[in-house]
Amino acid sequence: MNLQFIVDGLISGSLIGLGAIGITLTYSILRFSNFAHGDFMAWGAYGTLSVVAAIGALVGTTAPIGALSFGWPLILAAIAGMIMTACLALLLDWLLFARLRDKGQSIIVVMASFGASMALRSLLEFIFTSSPTYFSRGIQMAIPIGLGIRITPDQMVMLATTIVLVTAMHLFMSRSQTGREMRAYSQNPALARVVGINVDRVVRATWIIGAALACAAGVMVGILVQIRPLMGLDLLLPMFAAAILGGIGSVPGAVLGGLIIGLSEAAAVQLIGAEWRAAIAFAILMAVLLVRPMGLFGRAER
Amino acid sequence: MIDLLGYGAFFMSSALIFGLIALGLNLQWGQTGLFNVGIAGFVAIGAYTSAILTTPETADRIGGFDWPILAGWLAAALVTAAAAALTGFATLRLKSDYLAITTFGVAVVVQLVALNAQSLTGGPFGVAFIPRPFASLQDQPVLFNFINLGVIAAVTVAVYLALEHLARSPWGRVLKALREDERAAISLGKSAKSYRIQAFAAGGAVMGLAGAVQAHFIGFIAPNGYLPTLTFQVWAMLMVGGSGSNRGAILGSVVVWAIWVGAGAFSAAVVPGDWQARAASLQIVAIGVMLCLILLWRPQGFFGPQGFFGKRRS
Repeated sequence: MNLQFIVDGLISGSLIGLGAIGITLTYSILRFSNFAHGDFMAWGAYGTLSVVAAIGALVGTTAPIGALSFGWPLILAAIAGMIMTACLALLLDWLLFARLRDKGQSIIVVMASFGASMALRSLLEFIFTSSPTYFSRGIQMAIPIGLGIRITPDQMVMLATTIVLVTAMHLFMSRSQTGREMRAYSQNPALARVVGINVDRVVRATWIIGAALACAAGVMVGILVQIRPLMGLDLLLPMFAAAILGGIGSVPGAVLGGLIIGLSEAAAVQLIGAEWRAAIAFAILMAVLLVRPMGLFGRAER
Repeated sequence: MIDLLGYGAFFMSSALIFGLIALGLNLQWGQTGLFNVGIAGFVAIGAYTSAILTTPETADRIGGFDWPILAGWLAAALVTAAAAALTGFATLRLKSDYLAITTFGVAVVVQLVALNAQSLTGGPFGVAFIPRPFASLQDQPVLFNFINLGVIAAVTVAVYLALEHLARSPWGRVLKALREDERAAISLGKSAKSYRIQAFAAGGAVMGLAGAVQAHFIGFIAPNGYLPTLTFQVWAMLMVGGSGSNRGAILGSVVVWAIWVGAGAFSAAVVPGDWQARAASLQIVAIGVMLCLILLWRPQGFFGPQGFFGKRRS
């Protein structure tokens, strides 16, 4: 078996994992599974693309950095995209989710997220049409790194960025005051309120982090593959499966779950064919639900 | 005039098929509180089951058993019920979100099988030559349209009456008890999980039957007839009609389908050709926004038991 699948799996797995962090946080803190999360990825990617185009119109073409396919405008634009996606999530929460959460039926919120997801995705198709677009149309040469494995400079940088983002997230959740408050609220909302944790702040932080990471993952998918309105929908099932496999509420779990699913998908592509790739996440999801529904790092259902 | 009548019959047939799917969803969601985001998948299972069993023998595809249409419909209901029961069995002891995520996955996998298992499903080209009821009358289009409408209406009425009866039966009362006060129902010795699996499977059977009826109505099925948009339309129909009400499910389907078809015809007439695809996306945006607005302001729908201007249930 060709070992190339390890690199492919690690890369797609880390993108799934980045997205799954947002899903797992929304589920454990806001108590609903957000079907619109994939669409944050797509909106983030298209938002970033628009900013790149705006920068390009202002300063003209810029040289890419080193061997990479993109230059500094994309990095700036990605940061702007993360801010825009976070604003989108906060707006959606203010318009829709917060009001329904107050009524107290979590499954209604899930349904609303499903409706919102459909509307957001179709709005992208309306604005940008459904044909795929790219940050860069250049083709990168993959560099051999031994054992028959090849990796492009873009892929290396994306892997490194993921490691930085995940480490930062881990430090934030374990060291910062807001991170501790988020964990406290997810474990016991009533007690968290009693000890004076500002719930609104926790909710805001959850949306901002989830949406910003979704945007980052969306931009990376855009750099490595392509940008399509349906890109988020296609990753939704793997992201849910990763969040559940890792254990709902666990950030390291979501990342590990993403890596496991990415690697299994890449292995499946080699063994049984690329067309069955999307079924792998479902198979893993069913196995987890039947054997160990609390996931790898999860606590038993409260 | 005759054309208009024929079209009216065609429109009502399509709307009533959606009504059937919405009846199945109402049993799952309205009466039992089970959230199904994979409706398109279950409808597709029914459609493909019946299509594979009833089509004449084909060289390049497994199946083509030439069964009678009614046998195909029955098999469609049974196979879909089994798929739904399996889904329920895996998830219904867990929190309700897990069912939602899993049904979403079911729809993805069904779509994948429909696209890739060419030797069974015909792949992207789908299955054609599905026998249509009363096909001998096909050369008289208007009469044929009305006979089709009659068949579909009969199925809808039969399912409606069966579901109404079921809701009032001891079985339906247990579902109601589980919905209103789960702990009390469990303390009376009713297994919540088992009843929910049964309700989910029964709702799935209705969806599968609807898929089969639709396949035989159109005579042709392909994977792109079972995209997430279908799931979404049926949800909008049930929410407009008022979840919990079988009558509302059917009325909501007719109303939403009329809006959908009307908006489509309007944009086809007004929007220039190269903007058609974009206008179609805007149609979905509008339905999505409508669904969210109903959830916010009128969660009981418009045609539920408490009537059009009925009071809001607390």
